[in-house]
Amino acid sequence: MIWPLHCFIGAIILLSMILGDWGFAVAADSITDRRLQWPRGDQWVRLLRLEDYNTRVVVCGATLLGLAAGIVGSFTLLRRRALMGDALSHATLPGIGLAFMILTAAGYKGKSLGWLLLGGTLTGVMGVLTILLIRSTTRLKEDAAMGIVLSVFFGGGVALLGVIQQMPAGHAAGLEGFIYGKTASMVAADAWWIGVAGLGSALLAVLFFKELKLICFDEGYAHARGFPVPLLDLLLMALVTLVTMIGLQAVGLILMIALLVIPAAAARFWTERMTTMTVLSGFLGACSCLLGAGLSAIFSRLPSGAMIVLVAALVFLISMLLGRARGVLVRRWRRVALNRKVDRQHLLRGCYEYLETMKFLDAKERGVAARVVPLDSLLSMRSWTLGRLRRCVRRAIDEGLVERDWSAGVRLTNEGLVEAQRMVHEHRLWEIYLITHADIAPAKVDRDADAIEHILDAEMIAKLEAILQSRVDQSAVAASPHQVQVPGSMRPASSTGVPK
Amino acid sequence: MFRFTTPRASHGPHEGKADCPLSVYDLTVAYHRKPVLWDVSLDFPAGQLIGIVGPNGAGKSTLIKAIMGLIPRASGRVRVFGKPYAQQRHRVGYVPQRESVDWDFPIDALDVVTMGLYGKIGWCLPVRPRHRRQALEALERVGLGEFSDRQISQLSGGQQQRTFLARALVQDADLYLMDEPFAAVDAATEQAIVEILKEMKRGGKTVLVIHHDLQTVAQYFDYVVLLNMRVVASGPVETTFHQENLQKTYGGRLTLLDEATEAIRRREKTL
Repeated sequence: MIWPLHCFIGAIILLSMILGDWGFAVAADSITDRRLQWPRGDQWVRLLRLEDYNTRVVVCGATLLGLAAGIVGSFTLLRRRALMGDALSHATLPGIGLAFMILTAAGYKGKSLGWLLLGGTLTGVMGVLTILLIRSTTRLKEDAAMGIVLSVFFGGGVALLGVIQQMPAGHAAGLEGFIYGKTASMVAADAWWIGVAGLGSALLAVLFFKELKLICFDEGYAHARGFPVPLLDLLLMALVTLVTMIGLQAVGLILMIALLVIPAAAARFWTERMTTMTVLSGFLGACSCLLGAGLSAIFSRLPSGAMIVLVAALVFLISMLLGRARGVLVRRWRRVALNRKVDRQHLLRGCYEYLETMKFLDAKERGVAARVVPLDSLLSMRSWTLGRLRRCVRRAIDEGLVERDWSAGVRLTNEGLVEAQRMVHEHRLWEIYLITHADIAPAKVDRDADAIEHILDAEMIAKLEAILQSRVDQSAVAASPHQVQVPGSMRPASSTGVPK
Repeated sequence: MFRFTTPRASHGPHEGKADCPLSVYDLTVAYHRKPVLWDVSLDFPAGQLIGIVGPNGAGKSTLIKAIMGLIPRASGRVRVFGKPYAQQRHRVGYVPQRESVDWDFPIDALDVVTMGLYGKIGWCLPVRPRHRRQALEALERVGLGEFSDRQISQLSGGQQQRTFLARALVQDADLYLMDEPFAAVDAATEQAIVEILKEMKRGGKTVLVIHHDLQTVAQYFDYVVLLNMRVVASGPVETTFHQENLQKTYGGRLTLLDEATEAIRRREKTL
């Protein structure tokens, strides 16, 4: 995954801004004071109320950019073309430089955004075509081709910028803004263009949602059904190009890929549905850009690209941890829940098998009082530590399945007995199935049954019962197909603390 | 170039008959100049279950893919109900190999099946509830009605295979091409799939299945094609699927062909 790298770059740029005078990213600014200033209260108010016309337009433009990038990014991520966007954006730099040089030579003053972006688009597309060319004519894989094109084009661009710096008009160009992103250099007209293009690409993506989804999931099938896969890929690349072009000013070409990848990757943690993922990805992208651009408007020394990426990274981090569908914590919690369920089943089965072997279950008239199982018996039945057993017992007590007995043991309650009977029954059904249908040796079967029985659902149990009808008597609990090993039963009952 | 005449399936190049679901003439396919299929000529009978059998690397998948134009053909012609495949796509259902897609993709089983209808729905138009109902019916036909909203990675291998089958079914085609639908499924699923195939046959469909298990060929199929880079034999199972032909397909090493392709490969490398 590439996002940590870009967050890292973003953080470095930010740090260099804060720490002050190295300021390589703001070399174009010739203001002497480079310290970061905490904004005054009225500046916050002005921002939050969006009083500045310029701020308002810029923030709106950036938000629409984030929306479009998020939506388009969800397709490229699923199509595994995410890094293509990176190569594309890096390859725009020489085009921007060349366009500027040609414009200056032709006598234009200052920079004309439209022409610069057109130049960028040309070399960007050239870069992507070069990658495809290298891939199809040599035996190099796509990643190698991408690495070569990305660095060579970017290197060429940096060299051109060096040349431009030597030109009389070069210093005023502010072309570095394209590298790191600088919303401040955006004028209202630019923001309008960004908004229109962003909305347009988002609309196109929605319009062709079905077809793009199909080629993302199953290219071969799409091809067989007569969908023009190369054309759809071209559409996707065109959308990426469009988004990249309008993002160059706000986010910068180094970090543009972050806006295409991070929101989509973050959205994936929340959902298992592509429609939801695409919408959410657009939303997260928009939020990141809104906040990032806002922060950069207040702290005018912080490049907006870095701010946007860092906000996006925060969103990603939260999604990765808390994501409802596949977040890390959710998965961890599910594993813990399964482990607890397994432990509980083992505890109950241990109790039941001990009582069964000791024939304490037959003494119905003695009820709960007789159903006492010593802890050390349970301990030696399973390879548990004492702590784990204690925790397990404590949870079972909370659930009302067992009670603590005065004699260092646990007592199975009525509820616990019912639950234990069901569990032992299922375990043994599975064991019998393994022995009769899967040819597993009876001595081994206990462990194998252990591994699977915890995930059996009611439907499977019914099937098992149907299959094994002839082999299982109709009692609530099937007999065990192998020797049940209960350590306590080999010793005199008095020494294990079982009341007589 | 070497030319091998196919012993049993040497049909004349008659122009497409509309009642023949699939005809292949002189099909040759090569990957990077290494030939994979040589001069395959076949007329498949209508309304039957047809097994394509052969060792690994015999070009079984390649044959299906070349028929649908997923792989460029070095030479040869394919006719589906008498016309080129491109004009008959809607009449051909395709079940790709299960490994060909990323099952971690964020869609559920119903979504996958609905994809079989995308061609009918048309460009840029949304999937409507009636399409979903149709897809659900197809899922129910393969016994997965209750799993329609499962994310596809949460389905077992057999269920994933049946989802692909449902996607082909929903299309209501006349000719089905299936790439190893029995690969890595349990015995119960295999039986379920066979039942569906037989039902399709009763409905007048022609079904081409790439198959691996020689034990079950006679039991499942009416017609068999024995393939090993060229058609070794093809015909009704009773007359064609016997020891001698199997020996030719699996046992007899194609030494000359192997040597020739090896020589080509070596030359490619040195160039």
